[in-house]
Amino acid sequence: MAELMAKSPAHGLTPVAVGGVTLSEAPMRPVWAVMPWRGKGAALSRALEQAHGLGFPEPGAMITSGQLGIAWSGLDQAFLMGVEPDAALAEHAALTDQSDAWTQLVLEGAAVRDVLARWVPVDLSPAACPPGSARRSLVGHMSALILHPGGDRFEVLVFRSMAGTAVHELTRAMRAVAAREAL
Amino acid sequence: MRVDGRGLIDRSQPVTFKFDGRSVTGYKGDTVASALLGKGVRLMARSFKYHRPRGVLTAGSEEPNALLEVGQGAAMTPNTRATVQEIYSGLTVQSQNRIGPLDRDLLSINDALWPFLSAGFYYKTFMWPRAFWEKLYEPVIRRAAGLGRITRDASPERHEKAFAFCDVLVIGGGPAGLMAALTAAKGGADVILAEETPELGGRLLSDGQEIDGTPAAYWVEDIVKELQATGRVRVMTRTTVTGAYDDGSYGALERVARHVAPADDLPPECFWRIRARQAVLAAGAHERPIAFPMNDRPGIMLAGAVRTYLNRYGVSPGRNVTIFATNDDAHRTAVELMDAGVKVAAVIDSRTGVTAKGDYRLIEGGQVIGTKGRQGLRQITYRAGSRTDTLITDCLAMSGGWNPAVHLTCHLGARPVWDADAKMFLPAPGAVPGLTPAGSCNGAMSTAACLSEGLEAGKAALAALGRPAPQGVSLPEAEDDPGRTQALWYVEGKGRAWLDFANDVTTKDVKLAAAEGYASVEHMKRYTTQGMAPDQGKSSNINALALLADSTGRGIPETGTTTYRPPFIPVTMGAMGAFAEGHGFAPERRTTSDAAARGRGAPMIEAGLWFRPSYFPAPGETTWREACDREVAMVRNAVGVVDVSTLGKIDIQGPDAGAFLDFVYTNMFSTLKVGRARYGLMLREDGHVMDDGTTARLGDHHYVMTTTTAAAGQVMAHLEFVAQGLRPDLDVRIISATEQWAQFSVAGPLSRELLNGVLDQPIDDESFPFMACGAVKVHGVTGRLFRISFSGEHAYEIAVPARYGDALYRDLVARAEALGGGAYGMEALNVLRIEKGFITHSEIHGRVTAHDIGMQRMLSQKKDFVGKAAAARPGLLEPGRERLVGLRPVEAEGRLTAGARLFKEGDPHKRVLDQGYVTSVGYSPTLGHMIGLGFLRHGPECEGQEIVMVDHLRKVKTRVQVVNPVFFDPDGGRARG
Repeated sequence: MAELMAKSPAHGLTPVAVGGVTLSEAPMRPVWAVMPWRGKGAALSRALEQAHGLGFPEPGAMITSGQLGIAWSGLDQAFLMGVEPDAALAEHAALTDQSDAWTQLVLEGAAVRDVLARWVPVDLSPAACPPGSARRSLVGHMSALILHPGGDRFEVLVFRSMAGTAVHELTRAMRAVAAREAL
Repeated sequence: MRVDGRGLIDRSQPVTFKFDGRSVTGYKGDTVASALLGKGVRLMARSFKYHRPRGVLTAGSEEPNALLEVGQGAAMTPNTRATVQEIYSGLTVQSQNRIGPLDRDLLSINDALWPFLSAGFYYKTFMWPRAFWEKLYEPVIRRAAGLGRITRDASPERHEKAFAFCDVLVIGGGPAGLMAALTAAKGGADVILAEETPELGGRLLSDGQEIDGTPAAYWVEDIVKELQATGRVRVMTRTTVTGAYDDGSYGALERVARHVAPADDLPPECFWRIRARQAVLAAGAHERPIAFPMNDRPGIMLAGAVRTYLNRYGVSPGRNVTIFATNDDAHRTAVELMDAGVKVAAVIDSRTGVTAKGDYRLIEGGQVIGTKGRQGLRQITYRAGSRTDTLITDCLAMSGGWNPAVHLTCHLGARPVWDADAKMFLPAPGAVPGLTPAGSCNGAMSTAACLSEGLEAGKAALAALGRPAPQGVSLPEAEDDPGRTQALWYVEGKGRAWLDFANDVTTKDVKLAAAEGYASVEHMKRYTTQGMAPDQGKSSNINALALLADSTGRGIPETGTTTYRPPFIPVTMGAMGAFAEGHGFAPERRTTSDAAARGRGAPMIEAGLWFRPSYFPAPGETTWREACDREVAMVRNAVGVVDVSTLGKIDIQGPDAGAFLDFVYTNMFSTLKVGRARYGLMLREDGHVMDDGTTARLGDHHYVMTTTTAAAGQVMAHLEFVAQGLRPDLDVRIISATEQWAQFSVAGPLSRELLNGVLDQPIDDESFPFMACGAVKVHGVTGRLFRISFSGEHAYEIAVPARYGDALYRDLVARAEALGGGAYGMEALNVLRIEKGFITHSEIHGRVTAHDIGMQRMLSQKKDFVGKAAAARPGLLEPGRERLVGLRPVEAEGRLTAGARLFKEGDPHKRVLDQGYVTSVGYSPTLGHMIGLGFLRHGPECEGQEIVMVDHLRKVKTRVQVVNPVFFDPDGGRARG
């Protein structure tokens, strides 16, 4: 039997390092949309806690535990990352596989907020976006989910088909920020 | 000339640049204006209309005269103010709006014609013949009057845009702004301090004064250190806040790298969008010129500007300076020049009873009434009482008082308020929510008052943020006498007196406008062009409206101001459009098969943001038609593979998913069996068709909807709207899964044979009949299979997680080729679907109903659905509407074109007799002639009739026969297998 080779969305486009900022693509991992049925929010949160050790996040928040994470991603919606959802969750929530739908780009470095400020219209300063934040916003024209685990690291999820544009645009901002710093 | 011991320039670093091809050396820290004045160059520009020689009027961004072209080739930027452009080694600047050298501009002939070039002259003069306006008059006028050239090529410059956020935005880094920023930061607020020039300090760097007993520049240094120590202040120099917008949003232009040689990756400018919870406007004031006769010669400038050149740049604009003032403030210019060793010829003060502040000649009650000097001031004539006399002088520093820079307070629609005592327009209270004006933009004209207002504004911003005032910010001691000012807007006399230097508008023009009935200030502006151009009348608006008020017998407040709009300074289009150049215009969406398709030489076409292969050229094929015909035949006779991942795929789950679909589709979905797919039609609320596609039922509570590529986003938004707004009673969850799946159509008589090579469990008609769907294993990977057809052939769509898309596509195409088939593109896909009469958004373009496309029967009578009531309106059900038909040429070689109009045979081809139009056409290799779809009045009733297709644009006229839109396999036997 032939085997199908898997390719990540930004395959061949990353890593990119400019100035003190690096742009890479996180290894592919399970990403599932978890959307509680009506009135099942609390039950879902308990079931999540029981199955994966993570509750359902508040709007704008991300909860992590080891390699697992769950990030708010919209109205009544969160992305469970790093694990396939336990079958028991289906009783409380709609589950949809999103593992292949997004490229997960990782930006790291001291100037990372300056780079993102070129494209992202929300405040990502430590005061407004503390560790454990999840923001549904834009990267330029692209719809994005922006995760901030802490430090100078941001994870930017955009649709797989736009990985090329995302890498190109973020790289341009990295170059501009580095050139300014050298001024 | 340079003045020793003055200025903040770095005299150890000479910098050489080129002005009109000539090398000029200044110092680091100089602007083009200060460097040229330092070398005694006063002539820098030609005026807009009369091509009069001009020098600088100001030392700031409000400069109306000294506009230059900076840079070379397509990177040249016109209308750059010499007073803003800093010099660097290698900088190239040219004067503009001239023919020949600057000092012998051939167009200066216009100056001799000035009696004819009054306001509105070309409206009056170039009326006839009408056709000459566009072809002759306008180009000639535009060549003769104007500003810098525009380059025809796209600029290679790559600017940037960025967002910033803060608690308090302080606009202006002068005394008021510094105090506001310091207060806010010490009170715990995050502050952005935006300063237009390269250095903080504002007028404190321009005027020789003391704060707390030390020179002001030292105090500024200390404050800057204190600001830095708070760790809360982001200082943005070379940044001009250009506009105030809703909810604390501000636009700002940062000249990031205009002061250094261009370099790769270094953005010359950045356009900022700043969101501030509170703002302090400390924009300062603009000094007013006086409109006296012949007041425009190089060497005549504002008194405050002379002090700026002296104290900031170590330059005196003249060797023998005269001051013409209406106020005490301007006397400082004389004192400071004399302190610096520059000769002062006299101070002419329009007032009487004034005392000199130094050892200079004071002429009281005087007015300048004339000047001489062809390319630079040489002599002035003044009148004092009954006496008229002349003075030899090479620089005249004038001051008619100061206008508060209220601009930003007016950007949300407020009008400034006239203060009759101070003779100035002041910001209206509460003009911009959350913005507090402070300092001289608010009418505070002494340094002490500016410092105090800045402190108070900082406290006010903190209070609005719910923070207490900080400890340890004290008000420094400074000069507290704003002096007295007499209003003098213009001086009567022989010769032209300029109000608006940038547009060559004189007092005569404004009087003419008033006399001709343009009494409203907005009409006067448009008739005379006063207040237009890059400076937007910063130095002329108040004088012009004061003169208009006098000329119309009204007061200044009754006359009012024109509307202040953003941007406050000129902003390059490149900065506003940064990131949108070239490919940045829109994101590019690529399918997983993109690389494979390009690798096969397929030209890609854009479908929305997606790129899809148009066709796959085979060896020996020279035209797209050959490839397309081959690909169509391949699908009809063997098997073809095409990527259909771009179609929207929406996961719809929940106990009420079926009821939800019944509500958004016109037909029933709750009755669909699990493991089956159904074609569905959805309407907008106005009863017209929104989209169509197949929806499959994967489980009791789980459907996956397919939308067209074009409407994927629109349908997703529509479903969210319905779920949240119209049917919140339904328990349903919706999410896009378009990007999760790579999906390929495998179509043709051999499609099942091909698929059985990749599926772990082979399928047959029994296990997978037409419109079946279900989970499958594809080379061990869990995927989905749908037996649906957009080609009319026995066909499937096979989906795998997108990571496997590239591999599966290559595998499917290789297997298809082994079976005598292969990859096909959009052209063949289009022909195949037209042969079957399948619609796309060419047909459902937003103005058609289900009735129009022959699908009225899909509108269920048994249930309610979006658009049902509106679709039943009588006008939408008339048989005479334009309805879907098939079209074929009467002669086999006849040509059909999309967009062509349809007429009855024998009718003239006039709009009023139009019967319909063609939406889609293609050459059918299956049938051997062109086929088309279109909309025709009474459509299906006309089947069999011959009509005429006329394409007025492409000049095509073809006799066509109206036929059923399904050209091929009308009973659908091929797809059902």
